[in-house]
Amino acid sequence: MQITPLGDSALIVELGDAINESTHLRVQTAWRALAAEPLPGVSEAVPAYTTITLFYDPSLVVQSGAPADGIVEWLGTKVRERLKNPPKTAKAKPRTVEVPVCYGGDFAPDLGRVAAQAKLSPEEVVKRHAKAEYRVHLIGFAPGFPYLGGLPKELQTPRHAKPRMAVPAGSVGIGGEQTGIYPQSTPGGWNLIGRTPLRLFRPEENPPVLLQAGDVVKFRAITPEEFAKLSEVRP
Amino acid sequence: MIRVLKPGLLTTVQDLGRTGCQQYGIVVGGALDAFAARVVNLIVGNDDNAAVLELAQTGPELQFARDALIAWNGGDFDATIGGQALPRDRAVRVAAGETVNFGVARSGLRAWVAIAGGIDVPLVMGSRTTYRRAGIGGHQGRPLIAGDELKTFAPGERALAMMASLKTAEKRATTWTVRPETMGKQAPAGVVRAMRGPEWEWFSEDAQRDFFSAEWQTTKEADRMGVRLQGPGLVLVKPREMISAAVSTGVVQVPPSGHPIVLLPSRQSVGGYPRIAAVAGVDIGRFTQLRPGGKMRFDKISLPVAQELWLARERDLGRVQLGLARMTG
Repeated sequence: MQITPLGDSALIVELGDAINESTHLRVQTAWRALAAEPLPGVSEAVPAYTTITLFYDPSLVVQSGAPADGIVEWLGTKVRERLKNPPKTAKAKPRTVEVPVCYGGDFAPDLGRVAAQAKLSPEEVVKRHAKAEYRVHLIGFAPGFPYLGGLPKELQTPRHAKPRMAVPAGSVGIGGEQTGIYPQSTPGGWNLIGRTPLRLFRPEENPPVLLQAGDVVKFRAITPEEFAKLSEVRP
Repeated sequence: MIRVLKPGLLTTVQDLGRTGCQQYGIVVGGALDAFAARVVNLIVGNDDNAAVLELAQTGPELQFARDALIAWNGGDFDATIGGQALPRDRAVRVAAGETVNFGVARSGLRAWVAIAGGIDVPLVMGSRTTYRRAGIGGHQGRPLIAGDELKTFAPGERALAMMASLKTAEKRATTWTVRPETMGKQAPAGVVRAMRGPEWEWFSEDAQRDFFSAEWQTTKEADRMGVRLQGPGLVLVKPREMISAAVSTGVVQVPPSGHPIVLLPSRQSVGGYPRIAAVAGVDIGRFTQLRPGGKMRFDKISLPVAQELWLARERDLGRVQLGLARMTG
């Protein structure tokens, strides 16, 4: 584990150097330990693929007892101590979230493209995409946008050279070795193979997102009728 | 109530940001110069985090329905009240029916306006900051437009006392001022202090030298998320991909084009470009005052020095707070 400063009010805790499940699990364990009880002066702990970034206010850290000329070292020691003795509240198991997806039709303009490069039938692509288990490595890019790991290798498909001007909200896409869901309508270059009727960004709720880092995600194939029934009003 | 007669170019409601939601992909945002916003709130007796107006380039024209106490700071705007110059960096009494016009910035780019009590907009995820891209926070999730009506919370006791004594003395504004730029240790004009970033070693020797010696020019590719700089291209020792990770305000990231981008408070929560440097927290405010085409240089400082500058400015602010509390009861 390495601790590196990021400017004068953030620290990067590095727990690996490659994107994979074991690093993800280490990041999650450490994140829960660090977030369960905030360290002195630390306002946020943000997990990513291989890192957790801690945001702090130098003056609050000093008020909590750090020497003015050794803030980073003092915080680093607190991080290491915390990871050695994680609080009991940090032992939460990951949640499994089922996400219904209507694969096909207007929702899946790129299903044929993914199938062609995988040398599989569209039905088989859907079956394999829905059967796999995914992990949310991080949320970023847009509110509630999950970066998912766990896409079966044969489904990996290069992004479009020319991104679409508007990808509808809820679209499920494949971009290279990643798969994810667009929470809002944005431009995007991923291959679209389905759409979820659920809202990923819910500003009126706490937490304001459907998926969180650390969640296990399972897609469930649904019919257009079910899609219509489950469709959540988008504000 | 405050009626927006003219909205200005980009007038938004801001506080110190939507802290705690980056893990959900939600940007922090908040006043581009958080220290200036704290100071302007302090002047009118508000909490640090009360919602203020942030102005950009051309300010709004505001009509006050009731007596109010306001203060403003930041860039040099051509601000007037009833046709008279509106003094800055101090508490100003506004009478019911009066109109305040902020005009255009003669130098600098942004300013902050506090109203005693703070602007009353709903808290969204713990903050009143406008989050434009998500359409939430601030006043209806967007910059102000003509015809908007802003509510304010009731002024605090200190503000009421100041308003009463200004009225009795038939004075427009307090004689004392509180200026953020007098606190802490300022860098010379045109200089922004910065420290090495986590990927500093990835950059070529030329890039490392150029970063801290070249004259940089801010470009029009600038918004509340970040500012792209024009200058020598910064190249890596060898092509290398970064694994996306959290970024921070002030981080200087370098996309493959080689032109660095300085990230500002409305930056995304995650970034994937190598980070050559990070602007010192105390200099982010003055960086955001640079206009497109503005010239600047980065001065290399160490992390402990950057933090000492931060602590020194906080100590100065603490002394001013005490002094004001004594003076205004």
